[in-house]
Amino acid sequence: MSKVTVRIPTQLRTLTAGQPEIAVEGGTVGEALAAAEAAHPGLAGRLFDEDGQLRRFVNVFVADEDVRFLDGLETQVEEGQTVSIVPAVAGG
Amino acid sequence: MTFVKGMSCRECGRSYPVQAQQVCEWCFGPLEVVYDYEAASREMTPEQIASRPPTLWRYWPLLPAEAEGAIDLGAGYTPLVRADRLAAELGLGELWVKNDGLQPTGSFKDRVVSVALTVARDMGCKVAACASTGNLANSVAAHAALAGMSSIVFVPADVEPAKLRATAVYGGTLVAVEGDYDHVNRLCAELLGDHPDWAVVNVNLRAYYSEGSKTLAFEVAEQLGWAAPDHVVVPIASGSQLTKIHKGFGELAEVGLLAEKPSVRISGAQPKGCSPVATAFAEGSRRIKPVRPSTVAKSLAIGDPADGVYAVDVVRSTGGAIESVTDEEIVEGIRLLARTEGIFTETAGGVTVAVLAKLAAAGVVRSDERVVCYVTGTGVKTVDALGPAAGPTFTIPPSVEAFNRLVET
Repeated sequence: MSKVTVRIPTQLRTLTAGQPEIAVEGGTVGEALAAAEAAHPGLAGRLFDEDGQLRRFVNVFVADEDVRFLDGLETQVEEGQTVSIVPAVAGG
Repeated sequence: MTFVKGMSCRECGRSYPVQAQQVCEWCFGPLEVVYDYEAASREMTPEQIASRPPTLWRYWPLLPAEAEGAIDLGAGYTPLVRADRLAAELGLGELWVKNDGLQPTGSFKDRVVSVALTVARDMGCKVAACASTGNLANSVAAHAALAGMSSIVFVPADVEPAKLRATAVYGGTLVAVEGDYDHVNRLCAELLGDHPDWAVVNVNLRAYYSEGSKTLAFEVAEQLGWAAPDHVVVPIASGSQLTKIHKGFGELAEVGLLAEKPSVRISGAQPKGCSPVATAFAEGSRRIKPVRPSTVAKSLAIGDPADGVYAVDVVRSTGGAIESVTDEEIVEGIRLLARTEGIFTETAGGVTVAVLAKLAAAGVVRSDERVVCYVTGTGVKTVDALGPAAGPTFTIPPSVEAFNRLVET
């Protein structure tokens, strides 16, 4: 288990009492996000679809790398890393 | 007054009032502006439109801001030129080129920026911002200067030097980011949390911004005598422009300017070095796998296109196709358009022309169709892409003898 920081987008900060970042523990991105849900119930319902997959318009980054270029929710996270949740719809 | 009723999420359908908002608060889906078409139609007769100035604001009833007082450098109403020499070269019949290289800052981005910053100013935003591959930065800096707004624009550090200079000249803040466009985009989305007063035209104003691209459809239909083309070819970066051209043709039927819902085939063009949408199309998929761009067409270098899935949907549902072309084919596309039609386009236009050629050769774009090729930016900002091939034919000393020796050989 690693201590990691999860960055919360503005759209979800109502669920974290306005906090832009929360500290959680987990060995993978999926575990870190599950820990975030345990601490702030409601997050998972917004991030995942009915099949438990990340919603199409939710991007997740570990240490500035899109997890779709890594191992998705199975991506390992290391002590002190930041997991960022960012809305995908932007740009163009 | 506008005819906007509100916004709705394209994915889950939740409704929102008109405000600066990036995405659906619930599912992060993109937002669409919803209009009262019946009321708008009363301001959209051919005569009313013809009486208005030749800018994109002549179609204001189907835009999210008023024409009166708009931040307007004169964007829109660019030439639609009959391209017979190009058509002959490609074995096509009736071919037209929509030349958006002739916009005030040299690309179609002036359409979307004029709309977005007018909405932003009306909402009270003071700072104009964007994540850009270059052309958008030019346009935001220019329109902000006109409006007396401050601007802060973010671009990948490796964009063409001409696009950096053509942004910096307007005096705003220009931030070059060491990364690709997708990094820049994400940075802007994250910065918004700390700067809610920014109007990042293609992030928290994206729903309004993208509406400006509908005028590419409105103008073509008006310039064809209120008729729709059979087939259009459109470049794809984020996919927004393509989907909005489709929406635009559909709306003309909604307000009665076209007799029935037009069946315009829509085809898309991507550079091979950044073709996630073309790949999904070829695989029959709706899942867009992001890529790391590596292409001479920097203005189309979006590896994680926000509207990619919708572009695929539109192309499939209209019977079009999405193709991609190599850097060599892109340069050849630029030269082909220049030598047949006298139009010098940037690399994105080279992509579109090269894909048009490819689809014509494959029989997807047909000689019995009325075809429109959207050329979305000027070539002068991307001259380096042409390489040494576009240099002097001869270099001589300033003497008649020297010239005559050339003629003799």
